[in-house]
Amino acid sequence: MNPLKTLRSRYQSWLSPEVLAPMIVGLLSLTAWELLVRITGLPPFLLPGPLLVLQTLITEWGSLWPALLITLKITVIAFLLAATSGLLIAVLFVQSRWIERSFFPYAVILQTTPIVAIAPLIIMWLRNNTFAALVVCAWIVAFFPIISNTTLGLHSVDHHLNNLFQLYGASRWQTLIYLRLPSALPYFLGGLKISGGLSLIGAVVAEFVAGTGGARSGIAYQILMSSYNLQIPRMFAALLLTTLSGVGIFVGLTALSNALLKHWHDSAIRHEN
Amino acid sequence: MADSAPLLQLHQVSKVYRNGTVALQDANLAIAPGEFVSLLGASGCGKSTVLRMIAGLGRPSTGSLWWDDPSHQGDLAFVFQEAALMPWATVLDNVGLPLKLKGYPPRQIRAIAQEAIALVGLQGSELTYPRQLSGGMRMRVSIARALITDPRLMLMDEPFGALDEMTRSRLNADLLQLWREKQWTVLFVTHNIYEAVYLSQRVVIMAPQPGRIHGEITIDAPYPRLEPFRTSPEFSQYCRAIAEQLAIADAI
Ligand SMILES: Nc1ncnc2c1ncn2[C@@H]1O[C@H](COP(=O)(O)OP(=O)(O)O)[C@@H](O)[C@H]1O
Ligand SMILES: [Mg+2]
Repeated sequence: MNPLKTLRSRYQSWLSPEVLAPMIVGLLSLTAWELLVRITGLPPFLLPGPLLVLQTLITEWGSLWPALLITLKITVIAFLLAATSGLLIAVLFVQSRWIERSFFPYAVILQTTPIVAIAPLIIMWLRNNTFAALVVCAWIVAFFPIISNTTLGLHSVDHHLNNLFQLYGASRWQTLIYLRLPSALPYFLGGLKISGGLSLIGAVVAEFVAGTGGARSGIAYQILMSSYNLQIPRMFAALLLTTLSGVGIFVGLTALSNALLKHWHDSAIRHEN
Repeated sequence: MADSAPLLQLHQVSKVYRNGTVALQDANLAIAPGEFVSLLGASGCGKSTVLRMIAGLGRPSTGSLWWDDPSHQGDLAFVFQEAALMPWATVLDNVGLPLKLKGYPPRQIRAIAQEAIALVGLQGSELTYPRQLSGGMRMRVSIARALITDPRLMLMDEPFGALDEMTRSRLNADLLQLWREKQWTVLFVTHNIYEAVYLSQRVVIMAPQPGRIHGEITIDAPYPRLEPFRTSPEFSQYCRAIAEQLAIADAI
């Protein structure tokens, strides 16, 4: 591909309807919001306008940014733990139907138990190490999509390829490495995309639950404190940072997924008609 | 050829699947070394079942398989209708797979795979991915993968069934050439009469419900079979004879 063409296609992808349409919607809503606040004269402690939020974000940067970094650290560690443990457990599950049958329900139970309900327990048990407690909470929220997706992927091996491996006398190990894991990769990556966002949500919820008993440091704690103190613009600014982080995580994981599946998977290929 | 000791024999082989389907009943078949035999019949008459049992991907319910030399039992390759390539691997890696599973060193795999790729006329496509290839090219990759272990018996289950007529003719001709060069034994499944006649020395006609062998017709035309053979009166006679047999097989 020549460089001019690449440049053009990149330019086009920025101007594509998928990017342009939501941007227009966003800008219009922000403008409407700002106008609403100004015309009705709503006090900022009820609803601050977007400009005020942005201004607050800049003035409070010194306290919000380090807080965000702490939450992101919890998120990333929980996410990495979820990814590795989810993958390993899924591999274990597909080794035998009995293992899967016996343990899968417990993974479901762990997933469906509301984290808000068990977070206080975990925080209590790990009261010497709040950071670890928060990581554990975020991990519980994040690991299930990876287990369920990867298990599904490891089971969805092409029937003929399976026969072929059998025909050439492939060992269990060879079949896992050369056939099952690659077959499961798109599913695993799909799980990662979901669980990236969930790690952040888990971290935020856990911080909320920990509240004043927690590490008093993460972004959720800042949101909580701002709302107690009726610093609503500051609360919105912290919220904005959290949301942007979530979007960033999703975009990053999508890019990773596309890069890894570039050559072969439908989801990563743009079909030319 | 029919005089030499068979490479493989099926004795009264039946297959009943767990759900009660009688996929094959009392099949007897002998295949001589170097022979090109086709199994022809409507879908559901047990053609794939025969191939899968020969490949060891399923056992006969009753009856038995006899090999001239049991050590040759694993010396076979299977080509499916879908090319069954690994979408995440390049052509080179797909073709080299059987040797990789057998533990050959990477450099040797590469060399042998490259040779096989050249044999099926795909040199230059080593580093492309299956998705970038046409259906015919994918099937060539699949054949290259099958021939890489230098098998004695080549099992092909409607390999060209999904291809257009032109591509199919090209691949038919190329397959015959490879067969003559490599001196394989080929057991070829198809539901296309013309393809069966063009390729085979013997066409085994199968009938459905329950799946069974109805009879066979020997195609007594010399190789190499070139394009004119396809339009010869002899060719259409064979086709007509087989069509009649198929009609009888269906009616019983
Ligand atoms: N794994 C299976 N379980 C149950 N029935 C099967 C299975 N495989 C094939 N059959 C049935 O056995 C019969 C023969 O199938 P098959 O050998 O695939 O025929 P063909 O290849 O000639 O189309 C069909 O009726 C098919 O539905
Ligand atoms: Mg079939």
